[in-house]
Amino acid sequence: MIKFENVSKLYGSNAALSNVNLSIGKGEFVFLVGPSGAGKSTFIKLLLKEIEATEGKIFLGDLEVTNLPNRKIPVLRRNVGIVFQDFRLLPRKTVYENVAFAMNIIHASPRSIRRVVPQALSLVGISDKANKYPHELSAGEQQRVAIARSIINNPSVLIADEPTGNLDPDTAWEIMRLLVQINLRGTTIVMVTHAKEIVDKMEKRVIGIERGKIIRDDLRGAYKYHV
Amino acid sequence: MFRASAYSVKQACKQLIRNRNMCTASIFSITSMLLILGLFFILIVNINLLAQTAQSQFDTIQIYLEDDVGEEAIYEMQNEMETIYGVKEVTYIDKEEALVIMKKRWGDNGYLLDGLESNPFPNSLEIKVNKLEDADAVVSRIKGMDGIEDIKYYQSVVEKLLNITNFIQLAGMVLIVILIIISIVIVANTVKLTVAAREKEIGIMKYIGATNWFIRGPFFVEGIIIGIIGSGVSVAIIYFFYKKIIEAFSTQAFVMFSIGLVPHEFLINHLIWIFISLGVGIGSLGSILSMRKFLDT
Repeated sequence: MIKFENVSKLYGSNAALSNVNLSIGKGEFVFLVGPSGAGKSTFIKLLLKEIEATEGKIFLGDLEVTNLPNRKIPVLRRNVGIVFQDFRLLPRKTVYENVAFAMNIIHASPRSIRRVVPQALSLVGISDKANKYPHELSAGEQQRVAIARSIINNPSVLIADEPTGNLDPDTAWEIMRLLVQINLRGTTIVMVTHAKEIVDKMEKRVIGIERGKIIRDDLRGAYKYHV
Repeated sequence: MFRASAYSVKQACKQLIRNRNMCTASIFSITSMLLILGLFFILIVNINLLAQTAQSQFDTIQIYLEDDVGEEAIYEMQNEMETIYGVKEVTYIDKEEALVIMKKRWGDNGYLLDGLESNPFPNSLEIKVNKLEDADAVVSRIKGMDGIEDIKYYQSVVEKLLNITNFIQLAGMVLIVILIIISIVIVANTVKLTVAAREKEIGIMKYIGATNWFIRGPFFVEGIIIGIIGSGVSVAIIYFFYKKIIEAFSTQAFVMFSIGLVPHEFLINHLIWIFISLGVGIGSLGSILSMRKFLDT
């Protein structure tokens, strides 16, 4: 599903990523861990073509990201759901409108929007908040809206950039259960995180990045090496 | 396509209502720009008309004849003049006809001429020249002829008039261009403020996969709506006042001097399309320009 071939990203003479090779299959649930500045954000930005790789090739499904013309970036991003640490909801739109917006941009029919949005809201468990604005919701609820928005168009990949970073442990686990549920429907999930406890308990594939290099890739890993 | 436009229009209307004050400000500035522009437009159109009438009225040379020249001699003169280079045609206007023409020209006030004891008008020949520039040469040829009391022609007057109208037209055009640029800048700034306030939202929309045109759409429509309202208001104002002016002028003595104004129906029919296209152009261009910075990928 996601493939990095000898990818490097240089900022001047600093390598944010150097010679990364990586392959993530369809339906996998992967944790991306590492200290701040290790290259995790660079990884995501490259995948979304927010920045260009200095070297190497990146594939996402059938698309060769590194070869994609700029005007096709929206098409790429519609294939990738994204959830951020700070939720990034549209402040002037209600919960319903926020989720519906992702369908608006692919010009979905009003009828299918009316049908699909309530389903997504109920999947993430915030049907009763549909007409509220983001600032009226708790952090956990906002993240649920963000998740509903990210999966509404059935993306093949969901990227979660520290989705639990602003949440208390209980809420964090609720979000994790939601992500697992989405993963079970066949969506590939790449989650960048610092949450040691979550990574340890989930026992999923863990990819460790440090100083721009992949230092480990364990199929059923933990946050840290246990030597 | 239809869905996309429907979405843009809906969002644009929401934005307009949300930013009422800002929009009122830009509508106001477009309206005032277009009003000034309309003023110049009216001025130019009327000066054009004036120049045209002037040219058609003054491209003739009037030759007043002494009363003792007989008809036969007059016809002879007429034939001779027609052979002069540059002359288009020569018409003979006798005393009686001259009086009738003058009465006609005075219109309702023509009765004033009825009180005259004898006809004060001389017999005259009227020469139409092909080109105004030839008038001097023609006149110098005629001057030597017998039986001529006076020669009147208006070459220098008409030339001056044409120079002035040309200048006013040019100045008006330059001013109009400047005004249009100013209007675009004003709208661009208004939209830019709304866009800046939503910079973060635009970033989010791009993350979700919205195309630039999808993001731009509502702002684009917003600019167009502002433009249409602004131009509509200014056309209405101009229509109202110009009609009043026309009414005032047509009842006054101006008719006597045969000063014509462009009829308001004609003017408005043209102005409405010019203004609406200008308003739409200014509005849409302004919004696109203002978004450029925020949509750089």
